Amino acid sequence: MSSDYEYSDDDADYYDEEMMDGTQDDLSMDSEDDMDMEFGGDDFKTSPNGKRKMYEVDYESLSQPAVEKLMAEEVEYVCNVCGLDDSAANLLLRHLNWNKERLVEKYMDNPTSLLVAAGISVPEPTAVPSTSRTRSTDNASASRRSSRGASRLLTSIGVSKAKSPVTSPTLSYHTPRSFKPKLNEPFVCPVCFDDSPQIRTLALECEHTFCSECWATYLVAKIRDEGELSVKCMAEGCAMACPDPFIRTLLVPSPRSPPGDPQQEIDHAKAWSHFQELQVRHYVASNKRLKFCPYPGCTNTVSCPSAADKSSLTTVVPTVSCGARGIGDQMTQSQPQQSGLGLAGKEHKFCFGCHIESDHKPVVCGVAKMWLRKCRDDSETANWIKSNTKECSQCQSTIEKNGGCNHMTCKKCKHEFCWVCMGPWSEHGTAWYSCNRYDEKAGVDARDAQSRSRASLERYLHYYNRWANHEQSAKLSLDLYVKTEKKMEDMQITSSLTWIEVQFMKKAVEEAERCRMTLKWTYAMAYYLAKGNEKDLFEDNQRDLEKAVEDLSELLEGPIEPENIPTLRQKVTDKTVYVQKRNEIVLEDTAKGFLEGRWRWNVAVDGFDDPADVVV
Amino acid sequence: MASIAARRLGKELKEIHSEGCPVGINLVKADDFETWWFTIEVMGESEYKGEVYTLQFRFDGQYPISSPAVQFVITDGRQAPIHPHVYSNGHICASILGNEWSPVLSVTAVCVTLQSMLASCKKKERPADNDRYVRHAPDNPKKTQFHYDDDTV
Repeated sequence: MSSDYEYSDDDADYYDEEMMDGTQDDLSMDSEDDMDMEFGGDDFKTSPNGKRKMYEVDYESLSQPAVEKLMAEEVEYVCNVCGLDDSAANLLLRHLNWNKERLVEKYMDNPTSLLVAAGISVPEPTAVPSTSRTRSTDNASASRRSSRGASRLLTSIGVSKAKSPVTSPTLSYHTPRSFKPKLNEPFVCPVCFDDSPQIRTLALECEHTFCSECWATYLVAKIRDEGELSVKCMAEGCAMACPDPFIRTLLVPSPRSPPGDPQQEIDHAKAWSHFQELQVRHYVASNKRLKFCPYPGCTNTVSCPSAADKSSLTTVVPTVSCGARGIGDQMTQSQPQQSGLGLAGKEHKFCFGCHIESDHKPVVCGVAKMWLRKCRDDSETANWIKSNTKECSQCQSTIEKNGGCNHMTCKKCKHEFCWVCMGPWSEHGTAWYSCNRYDEKAGVDARDAQSRSRASLERYLHYYNRWANHEQSAKLSLDLYVKTEKKMEDMQITSSLTWIEVQFMKKAVEEAERCRMTLKWTYAMAYYLAKGNEKDLFEDNQRDLEKAVEDLSELLEGPIEPENIPTLRQKVTDKTVYVQKRNEIVLEDTAKGFLEGRWRWNVAVDGFDDPADVVV
Repeated sequence: MASIAARRLGKELKEIHSEGCPVGINLVKADDFETWWFTIEVMGESEYKGEVYTLQFRFDGQYPISSPAVQFVITDGRQAPIHPHVYSNGHICASILGNEWSPVLSVTAVCVTLQSMLASCKKKERPADNDRYVRHAPDNPKKTQFHYDDDTV
């Protein structure tokens, strides 16, 4: 039905931005600064301001009220530019997925059709579609007749005020008339057939009137069960959308109204707050610069303009945190001084660019994703089988040849065959122990292919084992943390150190865990880095960090002798500082490399130039 | 909630009893407010001339806010009509039973719509994906997300 009002994108081209300039700047300086939908990746390229590290992105954590404020700013902008009221602007923004540039463009082009398509205005009488096939038949039942009555009414009203709703929606909108019951005829709600004179009746501008109880039940069902962002009028085929104040009137009892059914009031209140949350979620989902915190039960949003574009994900690793900690009941919104490794203190850290892992610094999303896919894939197991075994040509059993001559006898089916050519042994005649049936060149190729496959497998395993090892170590850090706490207590008892003075152990454990996460991902990165000086330098940095972390871990795991505690403290503190420095170097240098486009891959990676020549 | 459904269905039933059903539609059984049965027949010239089908309506407590579950009965020797929008298990792909349902519609209005859906059919055939759908179809057709692709039939 709305297809008549669809615009092609070509219509947009002639639109001149200058048209907007004066108004835009005056009216919405703030919202422009915060919310510009069009964004390049430039922010990050400016030299980092004192605090922010090269490998960190600028982001801001927003609570639900803060997001609602941003939404209100957008609504206000549309109100000012188009001369609409709040609820109409809201419906329009929802209709166009909060793309206000497109909204203004479309509105300037043809306000009537846009308002009709968004369900804000009643279509012109001629545009009233014959909504149902049943209308053509004569056998309509009583309830059909009642809805026909409504549509006849609609037509007559449409004529009587044909000029008003479209040209100036602000004026005709919310006129008390449309919320007012019609008194001239006894009213029967077409949904519940209630005809008692006391019932409260409501209608949208389309004048399809129903009782308030049916409206409320309908709204609750649409919001709760179907998660509707824009609830249409109850009448068949009517495209009018319920504006927010209308929904609010029905679901939120006014302070003066007598108390109703408590359970129903709770349901209504829940539906209303769910409706508002749906709007916030829709707004966040429509805005590339915003993302919801993925932690369960968390309602915060993170704004990260520098990672809004997919293309920026080849230059930055947007690790962000919504500011809250903990999961479920233990969640706190503040950043407490004491950060733990346990669930209670777990920071809501996530990657703005992907869902694969909360923090995969220093490697970019695309490469991290490729690596994980490779690790999950069974193809590596298959590779091993391929390079080490063959199948019996008769019973398909997998056979590993671990020595001996080429004359094979399958243990299972007793089939005798040649390992080299896989043909039946009987055809070899007298050429025992050597196979001259195999074409020489093909034989060389086959051997080459097999050894290449074996070498690539070994190479993969080299990186994988180190990657998995660091992951495992990081997982064990929880145990190490508990052990360390115990040690810290011991130290307090056996030495004269105070609680504050033994904190160095905790710091060291946390630092070691952080570095192991970095190290883990450097192996994924190194696997895909093309051979060359850049890779050598990368691996030098990686080696230095790894050595430092292992030294620190050894110190942390070691036994504590009371007399050595001052030396241990000195050593651990020194190592922690050193490890931290090495970690910074790896992260900084990698991030810089991404910005400079210095890294070359040995495979094709999304968003990067194809590798010129693959050197593995 | 349930009271709205009961009141509304009671009123609809009363009207059916007093005014009768539209031509070609007859009430078979409506002993409660959960399940009703109707027979439906296409009057005049059509592909389905002389054929009588049985429709089953199932209502939940949310009726008429939520649509009834409507399907053709295919047990006890009865069959679903062969129609491009009717699956052999009796399920019907019609937008007014799904996303275009309006609380204003009634049981007889649905019957009349389905009657005209049959009447306008030019060629008796099953939906293209009938076998695949019927194999995996849920018991209640309301659980199916139909894709309404053709308004002409």
